[in-house]
Amino acid sequence: MRILGEGQFRVDDDAAAKLTALDKDLDAAVRADTGVAFTAALRAAVALVRATGVPVADDEFVTADYILPFSDATVGEVRKLLADGTIPGDSIGLP
Amino acid sequence: MSVMKRVSLIFRAKADKALDRMEDPRETLDYSYKQQVEMLTRVRRGVADVATSRKRVELQMNSLQKEIGKRDVQARDALGKGREDLARAALQNKSQLVSQYSDLETQFANLQEQEEKLTLASQRLDAKVQSFRTRKETLKATYTAAEAQTRINEAFSGISEEMGDVGLAIQRAEDKTAQMQARAGAIDELLASGALEDHVGGGQDYIQAELDKIGAGSDVDSELARIKGEIAATAPKQIEGNGSSGAEQEAAPADQRAGDGA
Repeated sequence: MRILGEGQFRVDDDAAAKLTALDKDLDAAVRADTGVAFTAALRAAVALVRATGVPVADDEFVTADYILPFSDATVGEVRKLLADGTIPGDSIGLP
Repeated sequence: MSVMKRVSLIFRAKADKALDRMEDPRETLDYSYKQQVEMLTRVRRGVADVATSRKRVELQMNSLQKEIGKRDVQARDALGKGREDLARAALQNKSQLVSQYSDLETQFANLQEQEEKLTLASQRLDAKVQSFRTRKETLKATYTAAEAQTRINEAFSGISEEMGDVGLAIQRAEDKTAQMQARAGAIDELLASGALEDHVGGGQDYIQAELDKIGAGSDVDSELARIKGEIAATAPKQIEGNGSSGAEQEAAPADQRAGDGA
């Protein structure tokens, strides 16, 4: 998985289960547009990945199954990203 | 649906779309590498821009700190001269400056954080790009193998995600820097025009002018007092000894005694 701005990590099953629960909180917060709940869930998820995740090596080129927003992202920012469905970049898909 | 999954799908979709357009996988690798090198330049420039903004905020903080110190001196000076009204005006102005200062402190911390994050992103991308360059040549050499296409796609998608991540990070940093610059520009203008100093009734110019006036006034007063004292000391004798040489002779021994005592 990836934390935007921080790179990719591999997490174990235990952490993955906890992340799934936090992901539900994130989803609920994004739907309800509640900043406080969103920030709490995001911080917990980021802290968990940072603490238990193993960074993916530089010479490994893999895509992440799950991507966490920037650690200081706001609910509005994430809502916009999900609504637009686009990230900055040129025509061939590279920023 | 999972937020983390949806974000990952956005990145994946972007890479897939790019791959669909590429006919020759070798071209994909070369083009991607070229883009990566450009991205590295961009992210390094981003780091430099954030650093410039941070330094600017730091300079403003120093200017404000000086102004705050000046208000303290003025307040003491005013109280010493019995002008509580001026001391109050100086302190009111100081509290406005202190609030501006704490706003700048927040901005400074924010920029510093952005700078650190971008620096790390730049280092990470740098390492990835170096690895990709090696991988690219290996993949091109094995292009005839059946699985080369899959591997190329994997490598491309992997680096594409990294690039998308860094691209978003730069965009965020640029947005934040632009916001800060607008605010920093406003404070620069305020400091330059003196409006920041004047926006409390009276303001610095008024306070300092009043203090200067008191300062100049008290100098005049003490000068007057000194001259009056001199006149008082000599005048009676001049009146007594008007036209008489005796008075002058009396004064002379007094001067002589003072000289001996020194």
